[in-house]
Amino acid sequence: MNNSPMISIVDVSYEYTNVDDTDLIALNHVDLTIEKGEHLVIIGHNGSGKSTLAKQMNALLLPSSGVVEVAGMDTRDPALLWSVRQTAGMVFQNPDNQIVATIVEEDVAFGPENLGIEPTEIMNRVTAALERVDMAQYRHKAPHLLSGGQKQRIAIAGVIAMKPDCIIFDEPTAMLDPSGRKEVINAMKVLNREEGITVVHITHFMEEAVGAHRVAVMEDGKLVMVGTPREIFTRVDELKELGLDVPQMTELASVLRKEGIDIPADVLTVEEMVNHLCQLKLMD
Amino acid sequence: MLKDITIGQHYPTGSVVHRLDPRTKIIGTFVFMAGLFTVKNFDAYLIVVTLLLVTVKASKVPVKYVLKGLKPLMVLIMVTFLINLFMTRGDAFFTLGPITMTWEGLRQGIFMALRLVFLIVGTSMLTLTTSPITLTDGIEHLLNPLKIIHVPAHELAMMMTIALRFIPTLLEETDKIMKAQMARGADFESGNLINRAQSLVPLLVPLFISSFRRADDLAMAMEARCYRGGENRTRMKALQWEKMDAAVLLLVFGYLGIMIWMRVR
Repeated sequence: MNNSPMISIVDVSYEYTNVDDTDLIALNHVDLTIEKGEHLVIIGHNGSGKSTLAKQMNALLLPSSGVVEVAGMDTRDPALLWSVRQTAGMVFQNPDNQIVATIVEEDVAFGPENLGIEPTEIMNRVTAALERVDMAQYRHKAPHLLSGGQKQRIAIAGVIAMKPDCIIFDEPTAMLDPSGRKEVINAMKVLNREEGITVVHITHFMEEAVGAHRVAVMEDGKLVMVGTPREIFTRVDELKELGLDVPQMTELASVLRKEGIDIPADVLTVEEMVNHLCQLKLMD
Repeated sequence: MLKDITIGQHYPTGSVVHRLDPRTKIIGTFVFMAGLFTVKNFDAYLIVVTLLLVTVKASKVPVKYVLKGLKPLMVLIMVTFLINLFMTRGDAFFTLGPITMTWEGLRQGIFMALRLVFLIVGTSMLTLTTSPITLTDGIEHLLNPLKIIHVPAHELAMMMTIALRFIPTLLEETDKIMKAQMARGADFESGNLINRAQSLVPLLVPLFISSFRRADDLAMAMEARCYRGGENRTRMKALQWEKMDAAVLLLVFGYLGIMIWMRVR
């Protein structure tokens, strides 16, 4: 493999014409580089362009200007289209609308079948992919009988079976209940840590961004902040101005600091908070 | 409530008949029908009945369940019988005013009714023993040679698969919309036929809009998974002719031969 980053987005703009003939700028000169093995979370509220940015990463949309490269492959090159999509898989928001077949294993096989892979190899990949997302026992079930979280895991298995280097998750948990959300987030973490798959996760749940390597914040088609979760979430007031939340614990820390209690501003999880608070008591 | 509707009446038992290649079963069913239409006399029905009994027995589907399939078509069978009974000319054995029944009519009526029964039982054996997805697969393979004359075999099969996949999803959605509209005072159950048809509009409009949205999403998801039509596509489970398939095909073509021989003899 070459040494180019997993995904490089250079000065990308994307505009489209709305139904009422107004030109909309969905992406406004965005620059972003995603390294191999990275877990990047993109946050922003509805209409901030985060979904549009995601679709640029596997050539579902092409930039109006600027260049998107996936593992060094220009997404505008039609000859590379299928290797771009094989390299960067995508999981969508609605679990029902991305399952093609009437049987779980057939659906997982859909991607590899499109790539023209040998039947025995497809069989192996399907088995491995289903085991990876812990869905092996549902292999012969009909997808409509599964829960939302299970359907999303099937969708993830369908992508892993294509052996991608990167998976883009476009709000995969938006339509799930809390337990389904946990299932999907766990599957995502396993893939990133154990398989080394680059994960790009678009979400509006701030808690889901806590475990990421980097967080990018989008607003009005522009990338307004990029940094580690700690760097980003300590900027509580700026985020609030953008109409975004911060994780509960960070918010609590910020409120406590305003009350004059001495704890760091970059608290992200409950454990950290407990840790800091207990130390505080000892010092008194 | 709508969820209870079953589509296709697949009855899995894992029997020999179930495990046959879908192509064998499709061809077999057509050959069976062709044979059935050559029959002119009751004695040839003996062979038809034997063949059907053997198939049903081998499929392990309960006979009762198979016969249940006749129920919705009972009216059609009765009408066929009665029309033949009254309209055939010949020796009258019963006359009342303008109504006459003839021996020939009785014979013809029973003959035609039996033909319909055999036809329904024979074809329902195909759907009872084959899951919709394998059936689709079989149809795709059988249509493949027609690609030369630009019959879109793969596309047709893909459409059928997606339709089958979305039936339960859309039924669930219909149920949801129906309840939502009922909660706001919609009435789907009273009034005459026209009123009822009109009351379906607030159900159908949202259902249509959401289907288009789903279609759009699905197309996007399929593209993201490198779908580009049937070209260069492989299948995880390739259909495979087994010895059993050859035996069954030999049997049904033998049956067709006997049927034709009985007809022309």
